[in-house]
Amino acid sequence: MSAGGIRPPRPFPDAARETLQDTQMRRNLKHATTTIREKRLRAVAELPDWEEIRTRGAALKDVALADLAEHLLMLEASVKRRGGQVHWARDGKEARRIVADLAAAHGAKEIIKVKSISSDEIELNAELEARGIHAVETDLAELIVQLAGDTPSHILVPAIHKNRAEIRELFRRELGADLPTDEPKVLAEAARLYLREKFLTTKVAVSGANFAIAATGTVCIVESEGNGRMCLTLPDVLISVMGIEKVLPEWADIAPFMQLLPRSSTAERMNPYTSFWSGVTPGDGPQEFHLVLLDNGRTDVLADKVGRETLRCIRCSACLNVCPVYERAGGHAYGSVYPGPIGAILTPQLLQLEDDNANSLPWASSLCGACYDACPVKINIPEILIYLRGQITPHKTPNAESIAMKTAAWIFNEPFRFEGALKLARIGQGPLVQHGAIHALPGLLGGWTSSRNLPAFPAKSFRELWREEGQHG
Amino acid sequence: MNIDLFITCLNDALFPQTGLATARLLRRLGHTVHFNEAQTCCGQMHFNTGYQKEALPLIRKFVNDFRDSEVIVAPSGSCVAFVRDLYPRAAEWAGDDGLLQEVTELGKRTYELSEFLVRVLGVEDVGAYYPHRVTYHPTCHAARLLRVGDAPLKLLRKVRGLTLIELPASDQCCGFGGTFSVKNPETSTAMLADKVQNVLGTGAELCTAGDNSCLMHIGGGLSRLQSGAGVVHLAEILASTESMGAGNSETIGAMQVSAEALL
Repeated sequence: MSAGGIRPPRPFPDAARETLQDTQMRRNLKHATTTIREKRLRAVAELPDWEEIRTRGAALKDVALADLAEHLLMLEASVKRRGGQVHWARDGKEARRIVADLAAAHGAKEIIKVKSISSDEIELNAELEARGIHAVETDLAELIVQLAGDTPSHILVPAIHKNRAEIRELFRRELGADLPTDEPKVLAEAARLYLREKFLTTKVAVSGANFAIAATGTVCIVESEGNGRMCLTLPDVLISVMGIEKVLPEWADIAPFMQLLPRSSTAERMNPYTSFWSGVTPGDGPQEFHLVLLDNGRTDVLADKVGRETLRCIRCSACLNVCPVYERAGGHAYGSVYPGPIGAILTPQLLQLEDDNANSLPWASSLCGACYDACPVKINIPEILIYLRGQITPHKTPNAESIAMKTAAWIFNEPFRFEGALKLARIGQGPLVQHGAIHALPGLLGGWTSSRNLPAFPAKSFRELWREEGQHG
Repeated sequence: MNIDLFITCLNDALFPQTGLATARLLRRLGHTVHFNEAQTCCGQMHFNTGYQKEALPLIRKFVNDFRDSEVIVAPSGSCVAFVRDLYPRAAEWAGDDGLLQEVTELGKRTYELSEFLVRVLGVEDVGAYYPHRVTYHPTCHAARLLRVGDAPLKLLRKVRGLTLIELPASDQCCGFGGTFSVKNPETSTAMLADKVQNVLGTGAELCTAGDNSCLMHIGGGLSRLQSGAGVVHLAEILASTESMGAGNSETIGAMQVSAEALL
């Protein structure tokens, strides 16, 4: 199985019904998200001006996006001036072809990769494999996912659904490693030995990009393990695939993001490795640099005045870690390389709200609002979820739900209809009520009574009681 | 103060005792309480489920029904949050500037019960008596949209006879989410399982909150499991007094009664 893509193979409720049954995944995720949640709160609490930095980050992203075309052209000119080459990809297909053509042109049989969600978005690995080029994931968690023939389930920690015992077993089988224990140190050492050889012998590397500076043509990668630094400096050729929303106008604009990103993602004050490069530096690092600018639906997102806020996202994954739905259903239920709350708004928008399975994602939320509180660039995810529901619903074919909702609206528009409906409901519920509660309902509401009782309609509504006694006493 | 009750359709239909308790409490504190019978539903269910075209007439109706109100108080954080936070978005998305202006004004005088008591009236001790072990669940919209903070806890701490027990992981959503509980029932239930576990772990006999929607969910789970614990709306606790003989089933609330009946 190749890692990637943004088209969910089935609707969220169907996928979640299955993933919820995975007890090991449930336990792993609960442990991991609870730990990172608490760490993030501590890391954020250290900065008294956190709210101001968030506001600044959001504003800088909005400025960058407001004149995106201009900033991208500036970036292109700057990268070229510094000896790099720039490629424009309208969609995933164009982008993966550009990368595969470049790798093939260098006669590569193997390439090394820095963890990159944009490369997963365009399903690059599958394209490379089809052309006889093996992509080696060098991020530890991505490597685990790749060796397991699995797909990432988290933006930052792709193997969050796996625990140490499972990883030990995988490394034994796939790397032939002799692993006395499943201590993190032992597991990391096995991966290190495997990867070091790849770093030293592979000539072409592929990365994503966290940020790019239009004025200077500088691209930035923020990471924890140092594998990125190896990929960005050792090979002869470097190809970076970057979503067009990653560009910032000026060098100074990056400052707040260096505070927002590490604290929100890994709950660290500062991430261990931050790499910046501008085009090609003679005698130092890759001597050939390609920047692939990926649209793949982003200009459509930008065109929507409500949805465009989504493009502020810096892929920190804080929203995943605080999301109660993500914690239970897991990343795979979202069927996209972008899971969790941000995925629930980004995935359907990247697909122009035309993919039925992706269109189930905006409903994969209880609208609890934890994601908005955690987002370092203040993306109002709950509001965008509601907005997208409103955009998608009118285009659905009429069904039991839409008929029920339209009828309810008609009833609510007149108080006498509401009162009449309550009286009818009291009569109609008769056979269903046992000891004051309803235990099983047919149709749409059956989902409720599958696990919960529903209180029965009482003998009198508030308005009836108010008329009789409430207004006096 | 002249207070208009925004009862909410859910309370009107299923939890009338919460509305009566709210009225009784506000009167006891010396205020005049009105109920405009023209009101029905604020439109949240329609709007948040995606039926925004159908929600707009309900929003306009709400504006008409409450246009002349001095202060609007509801025993629901979620419905108040919808009026205050999302009515302006609804107006913006519909491109209706006149409506935007009206709902922005309306939002400024619409309050959830606990924030109204603590922040507007400046009351914490409402003279309530409620001899039960109670834990408090901060509902998501009251906590994250209205930021009611510890207002409900301040009120509960002053209730005589009440033992307040802290709920672990209280900030976690119970999994209700309106139609989410029906459209994604399995995920919703997985969230409810943790909430129920935490409520039962406190050893409290009752879980309280400012929203009957979330309580209906938590209570529905507790009742299905025959757990022996129940739920009660904050307004009903605050309305209870010693002279009413708090502790009998009438003051505990209908859902607890039904849970008891099952046992």
